[in-house]
Amino acid sequence: MAFGAKKSGSGGRGRGGTSRTGSAAGGDRAGAAGGQRRSLFRRRKVCKFCADKIDDINYKDVKLLQGFVPERAKVLPRRISGTCAKHQRKLRVAIMRARVLALLPYAAE
Amino acid sequence: MSAPRRYELVYIVSPDAPEEQVAAIHEQVDQTVQKMGGTLEKSENWGRRKLAYEIQHHKDGVYVLEVIVGGGELMKELDRKLKVIDQVIRHLIVRVDDEQRVVDRTRTRRQDTQARRRTARGLPPVPTEGERRRGDSGDDDGGEIGLETEI
Repeated sequence: MAFGAKKSGSGGRGRGGTSRTGSAAGGDRAGAAGGQRRSLFRRRKVCKFCADKIDDINYKDVKLLQGFVPERAKVLPRRISGTCAKHQRKLRVAIMRARVLALLPYAAE
Repeated sequence: MSAPRRYELVYIVSPDAPEEQVAAIHEQVDQTVQKMGGTLEKSENWGRRKLAYEIQHHKDGVYVLEVIVGGGELMKELDRKLKVIDQVIRHLIVRVDDEQRVVDRTRTRRQDTQARRRTARGLPPVPTEGERRRGDSGDDDGGEIGLETEI
């Protein structure tokens, strides 16, 4: 079948497809190995709360929350922290409560 | 309605207030709670802490946490009273029983599914030290899926 396909145009496309997926797989492999070369390949982001099994995101736990409010004291977005949607919602509420009690700042000085 | 509600009350007392004043405010809270048929479950004094931003030109304050079981009317009354006291520069009331229930449920569910899966594989139900990370997360992932199908 491979011989026949070589002649036809569609077969050619098919071949291109396989080679492309092959290269993609290669990319994945490089990505997995790219833990050391962080500048080239992004590390896979994992929700901290899922990974560490933190069920309760509490407004009193300032140490935990502080990791999610960078310099400007804004809430660290999900696309950066990798937090899952469920936990980001809880995190947001916890940060808002902590702000009322002046445990966390609303804005950087 | 019928189930008792649990609230957390945190208030910040002005750093200028003497110790006795802090105790007096606590006393006042306690009395209000008792009068309105609630119970004071826990009381914690976090002591003096630095504020993340200035409140009424104060840079730090004395934090007190009270866990109260009671009705909404009681909390309304407490809220009103704390607003009146000048020494209390900030307070927050949060209802916690619902959230706690959810947290407990997810935790027990995860432990249950983990134990079941582990016994099915012929392992002791609770992971021992030494087999940390990898086995752990694998169990968790499977557990979540297991939960969905089960319900």
